[in-house]
Parts: sequence; C-alpha cells; structure tokens
Amino acid sequence: QVQLVVPMAVVFSPGSVPGDLPRPLPFRDVQEMEISVNLRSSVTSRYEMRYRSTTAQEEAALAAATAREADAALYPLQDTTLGSLTTYVVPETSSLLPQGINVYVGKHRSALVRAGGSLAALQARLREVTQVMSFTASSIAAALSDRVPDGQLSPDARRNLKSSLGYEITFSLLNPDPKSHTVDWDIEGAVNRFVKPVLDKLSLVANFSVDSQILYYAVLGVTPRYDKESSSFLLSAHSLPHVINPVEARLGSSAASLYPVLNFLLYVPERSHSPLYIQDKDGAPVSTNAFHSPRWGGIMVYNVEAPASPQASLPLHVDVDMARVMEVFLAQLRLLFGLSWEEVPPEFLLESPGNEGLADWELDHLLWAHTVENIATVSTTLTSLAQLLDKIGNIVIKDDVASEVYRAVASVQSAVTELSLGHLLAAFQASKEAVTSSERAFFDPSLLHLLYFPDDQKFAIYIPLFLPMAVPILLSLAKIVRETRLHKKEPTKMD
Amino acid sequence: FQDQAEQFLRSGHTNNWAVLVCTSRFWFNYRHVANTLSVYRSVKRLGIPDSHIVLMLADDMACNPRNPKPATVFSHKNMELNVYGDDVEVDYRSYEVTVENFLRVLTGRIPPSTPRSKRLLSDDRSNILIYMTGHGGNGFLKFQDSEEITNVELADAFEQMWQKRRYNELLFIIDTCQGASMYERFYSPNIMALASSQVGEDSLSHQPDLGIGVHLMDRYTFYVLEFLEEIHPASQTNMNDLFQVCPKSLCVSTPGHRTDLFQRDPQNVLITDFFGSVRKVEITAEALPLDRDVAGLESKFPEEELATEPLKYAEQLPVAQIIHQKPKQKDWHPPGGFILGLWALIIMVFFKTYGIKHMKHVF
Repeated sequence: QVQLVVPMAVVFSPGSVPGDLPRPLPFRDVQEMEISVNLRSSVTSRYEMRYRSTTAQEEAALAAATAREADAALYPLQDTTLGSLTTYVVPETSSLLPQGINVYVGKHRSALVRAGGSLAALQARLREVTQVMSFTASSIAAALSDRVPDGQLSPDARRNLKSSLGYEITFSLLNPDPKSHTVDWDIEGAVNRFVKPVLDKLSLVANFSVDSQILYYAVLGVTPRYDKESSSFLLSAHSLPHVINPVEARLGSSAASLYPVLNFLLYVPERSHSPLYIQDKDGAPVSTNAFHSPRWGGIMVYNVEAPASPQASLPLHVDVDMARVMEVFLAQLRLLFGLSWEEVPPEFLLESPGNEGLADWELDHLLWAHTVENIATVSTTLTSLAQLLDKIGNIVIKDDVASEVYRAVASVQSAVTELSLGHLLAAFQASKEAVTSSERAFFDPSLLHLLYFPDDQKFAIYIPLFLPMAVPILLSLAKIVRETRLHKKEPTKMD
Repeated sequence: FQDQAEQFLRSGHTNNWAVLVCTSRFWFNYRHVANTLSVYRSVKRLGIPDSHIVLMLADDMACNPRNPKPATVFSHKNMELNVYGDDVEVDYRSYEVTVENFLRVLTGRIPPSTPRSKRLLSDDRSNILIYMTGHGGNGFLKFQDSEEITNVELADAFEQMWQKRRYNELLFIIDTCQGASMYERFYSPNIMALASSQVGEDSLSHQPDLGIGVHLMDRYTFYVLEFLEEIHPASQTNMNDLFQVCPKSLCVSTPGHRTDLFQRDPQNVLITDFFGSVRKVEITAEALPLDRDVAGLESKFPEEELATEPLKYAEQLPVAQIIHQKPKQKDWHPPGGFILGLWALIIMVFFKTYGIKHMKHVF
C-alpha cells in the first residue's frame, strides 16, 4: 500500500540532551504509524529520524535573542528539500521560547522544541510537531474522502478544494450604487504586490490564473437590517447563504478554462445601507467583515465613511485600501485550501507566514494531501475503467487511450515509490502526471457505449427473419431422420 | 451536540447543477418544452445560475412558425405565465438533443472542443437535478422521434457518474407515460427518483389553450410548478411534500417515487437541496497580516512577446485531395462460422430431400 516517508532531523543543542537516550548521538530511528482509511486499506506513515547534536554554526544561530531571529539564522543551515523536517531541541530553561510555549514553528521547515526532561516526553512533543507540520490522520482521511465511510469524516473534510491541475482566481468589485460612489481599486498593483508572491509559492501545487472585473448595479440578495444601537446595518449569519446566489449569475465564470474558479468579491454597500457589518452567530460584528464559502470563494464588505459635510457632492471618490482587502482575501484563500491553524495545540507558537502567504511546511502539508488524493483518484479511475470494459465488451480501446492508461499506471507506481523514498516533490509531480493521463483515458470521447440490446429485442429482430426460412429446413430434417430410421429397420424386417 | 446532529442530517453538497431535457419535437409537443422551461424557471429563481444548468430543448416552440404569440412559451391557460422569459439560455437545441449527447453530458466523455456551457462540470460535492420529459414507454424514452434511451443505459450512465464521483446526490424526475419504468433499473447509491406515472399508466396533459391550439403543460409538471412557486430560497419544505404533489384525483395517473438508494431520509432532504443553490458559508475570523511596504514584483509580461508573428491564414484541409480519395480497401474476411454452417445445412437438406441425382444439374 501507500507509505508516506518523512525524513526528519532532531538536533540537540548543548544542555538539552535527555538523560535516557538509548544510544549515544548521532543515531537513527524509525517511527511507523498506520492510518487506517477503511476496512480494507490503510496508509502507513514512517518518520525516519536522525538524532544528532548541533554544529558550531547552529549553536551560534541558536544564541540569538528571539525565536524568530534564531529561525532566520538557522534557515541557511538546514535541509530544505520538500517534505523534510528539522527540529532543534533547546534546553528546558532556555529563554529563546517565551513562557508557556513549548514549541515554536518557523516559516520554513524547522521548529524549536523545548526539551521535556526525558526522551519519552520529548518524543511526545516531537510527535505533535510532526502532526502539525506534515500531515495528520484526519488530513489524510480528508484527502481520501471517497473511501472513508461517511460517519467517520469530520465536517471540515468536505470543504477543501479538490486537487486540480490549475485554479482560476477572479477578483470582482461590486458597486451597487455608482451614483454615490466612484470606486477605484488598483487591482493590478495589488495583485503584483500581494497576490503574486503567494501564487508563486503555490505554483508548485497548480497553475493559477488571475482575472478581475468590476460589476455595477450588482446588489446582494438580502436586505440588511438597521440596528439603532450601533446606527449601522447588519447582515446576520443565517442570511449569508442567500447573498451569493443573485450575484453569481452575473459573475460570469470563465468560458475559457475548465479549472475550478475561486471568486473573491469586494462589495461596497450603497450610500443608503452604509455602514454595513456582518454579524456572526453570537451577534457580534465580524472584525474582517468578510465570509467565505467552501470551494467557491469569499466576499468582503468594504464600508466607505460618510462624507464629512452632508453637502459633499456625489459621487464620492473612493480609493480602496488594497492592502487591507488583500489581507482578508489571502486569509480566505488559505482557508479554502484547508490551511487553518485550528488543530494546533495551545502550547505551540506558529510564525505568521507574512507576505509569502504560507509557510514552507504548509506547502508540504498541501503537497502531502494532494499527492495522496491524486494517487487514490488514479486508482479509482483505472479500476472503474477496467470494470466498465469488463461489463461492456463491445467498447473498442483506441491506441492512444491504451497508451494513456499505461502511462497512468507507470506514473502512479513511480509516485508510490517516490513517496516511500521520501521524495515529496517527485512523488507529487508523478501523481499529477498520473491524474492527467488517467482522466484523459477515462473521459476519452470514444468510450461511449450506446448499443444496448436487451434479449427480447434480439429475439424480436431475428425470429421474423429466420423462422420462415427455418420451417421447411426443420421439417425436411425431420423427414430425413424418419427415413433413415425406416431404412435401418427394413433389413431386419426382410429376414 | 445539536450542531453535530444537524450536520449529519444536512446534505454535504457545496454546489448544485441541473440537467433539464425535453426530448420531443414538433409543434404538438409544445407541452414538453413548456414543462422543461417551467422547471428551468423555478430552478433559476431559486438560485442555480445558468452556468450550472444544462438545458436541452429538442425543438423551438417560441419561434415556431405556428406559434401565434412568437417568442413566448406559456404554461398556464389564458397566457398567464410566460416561461420563456428574457434570459433563457438553451445549451443543446434542436437536433443536438440526442441520446449520445445526453449520455456524453452525463458521463463527461465530451470532445475537448465543447464549450464550457455545454458541459456538466460537477464534482463529488454537487447535487444534481435531472428532469426529463417527452414520450416514453415501458423501459424507454423517445428522443426526437428517431431514437430511444433505455432504462438500462440510463442506469449505466448514472453508475459511470458515481464511479467518477460526479455527483453527491442525484434527484431524477421524469414526466412521461410509464415513467416509473425508467427508474426501475438504477443501482448506484444516492439517487432519488420521481415519476409522473406507474408502468402501464399514461401521463396526461393538463389543459389545452384555445388561443394557441395545443396542450400547454402536462398535469404532473403543472402541479409540481405550482408547488415550486411557493418555495423560496430559505424555505424548509422537504421531499415528502414533493412526493404528495399531484395525487391521483388531480393527475389521473399515480406518481411514483424511489428512495431506497438514497442514504438520507426524505424527511430531512430540503427541496432547496436540489432545486435551489444555498451555499454553506463560514465567517472569516482573521485576516492574514501583510507587510504593506512591499515593492511589487515586476509585471511578468516581457515586452517582446507582444510583437508576435503576423497571423497567417492556416492551411485548410486540402479539399481536392479529400474529394478524389479512393475509398479505403476493406480487408476481406472469410464468411463466419454461422453463415457457413447455415448454408451447409440448407444445401445438405436440399440434396437429401430431393435426391442426389440433382447434383449433376448443378455442377
């Protein structure tokens, strides 16, 4: 089956080595765990751990004042292949980690862990680190959501975007009231400054294309309530699902590409409905003033301040603060891809990825999930293609379909091999090729079988043809048989 | 805990699709086009956008030369409700509505040149509504007066969809004579089916309009449309109410339904799960802190790319060559065993019966 191998290095700084090490440093160890997916199949995870002590350069880096500086200094000294992890163990009393924090996860692929006294405690912490930074049982189960029996999936599992070869991102500005507001947004600049770095980092995962548009007179489907206390308009949480539909018809999902589309909408409310705030379930206004829908995209409401003097001439000119908008949209993009920090234990401190949008280990997280999902998809596709051909023998497989199937099988085998060797990037690319080939083979237009002849129709067609012809033949055969029998009997009679 | 229980009862879908098919042509089958357009109108009203609807109409009634009110298709007597409207988007029209195209849409085996509006781009979290209407019989549905789709083919197509996880849940509604025979053979999970009549019964039309001269709607769809007109996107009406629509007293035929393949209880299935498009939303709690003073990356369009080669007229297919091409020699195959055996039998019987002496006249 599928084995996920994570090469991991555990580096002990002086003063942090636990007393009960089984062997002197450096040594290697392997931890295996089985993640069972359903009754028949499971995925094993294998952490190949290399324990060693710090080099002089690493010690110098760990002498920095804060964890962030230490992480930045350690970055050039680490192994940066995709899928690998490096943990630096610092003494229990070290001041590098703030009080109450036992693990600091940096922007790249390393973490600083406080020593726990004994090896067992340290290993427990290391296990938590690997859960956060590479994959958990639930993230693998979510990637394989087809195969997991329904009751066992968490509700989050169905929300993430499916692994696809590309995604299309569309930014839309909705201005329902152009008489009152002339809205200017420098979307191209914002995309270059804030979105492109994130997409460049994600380019390993898929191809992204970005468009933008401005829609006028596009209203939300819901009338917001006026709240006297805050003298603002409120959209309650349970009316949000109905907001998207009337707008969606006008968004115009792209006619050109077949990739899934992610829509990010910026709504500038009308003068008569300003300011507009979104309320969460408890009635409190949401700080980001935004909400998102899984596998679809997100909407943010941008309030324009009332003009200082009531005689200000309409339309007001509005320059959208793109940085604030992009902070929200990029946060939504992360959530759509499933990168959330909800399951992180409280004693962890995670470094914010900043302008890059996502940390290296989050990229690994995505790649693990997508690779496993791709491999599962390919095997399901090829199995069902084989079943289809078994059932309907009349379908002809063209040569190019056959070659795509061979290519898919070869790619998926190489993906599984690469995973078992710990080469995440090679495994991911092989799995992408496998998915492309298998989809092309399965959805080839020539595999359509239209001719269904039920048995009674076969009788209905052939009987009128052959029965009249067969009647004289059968009667003559009967006559022949009778004559032969008579002929055989005669010699005996003559005696 | 209440929340969790709600989660289990609710559907796990994130988007909705609808495939609406009218399979009859000719002016006197006006009611089938009106049926399909009524469902189209309801589905659009409840929120499914055109990009997620595949509408297949086998004939054009609105602009038919026999239509006394051009550009309209009415569904009520006295021309109360024009279901054609201003913004109908028909994806497969006229002769494009064939069994092959319908199966291609369902299974996704579409030639790469097909535009996006003609594709069913559903995924494993899509709820799909499939509505078919036309003339049917026991186990088949007639397309365009020239071909049929059988219930076995339909069941196989749904199984292909399930194998590739092209749907989360499927609602299949059919309004034809003996409609229940079409859903007898389904065997894929998560399918719920409704039909306007049982095997052996005919579905009847509702009312003729003396101004237009044809029957405007079929009874079952007429009452379904009345039922749907009262649904709005936030309503909590469930499928059990849809099963009660059009009892025998109104419909003359007995509508049937099939829910054994469906995992949830129909009580918990909302009408808007299939007919509308109510999305799950989540509040975005936090924003990603960004450093604002960041110089933009250079726009990645190198200037030279814009000055490409002038577009050349592509060499068309050499028509002369095609016209004068000789037909490919088909390989000669010896006659098959069955034919040979049949001829041997005939010859043997002939000579045995009439005597071997005739042989010399033959050779």
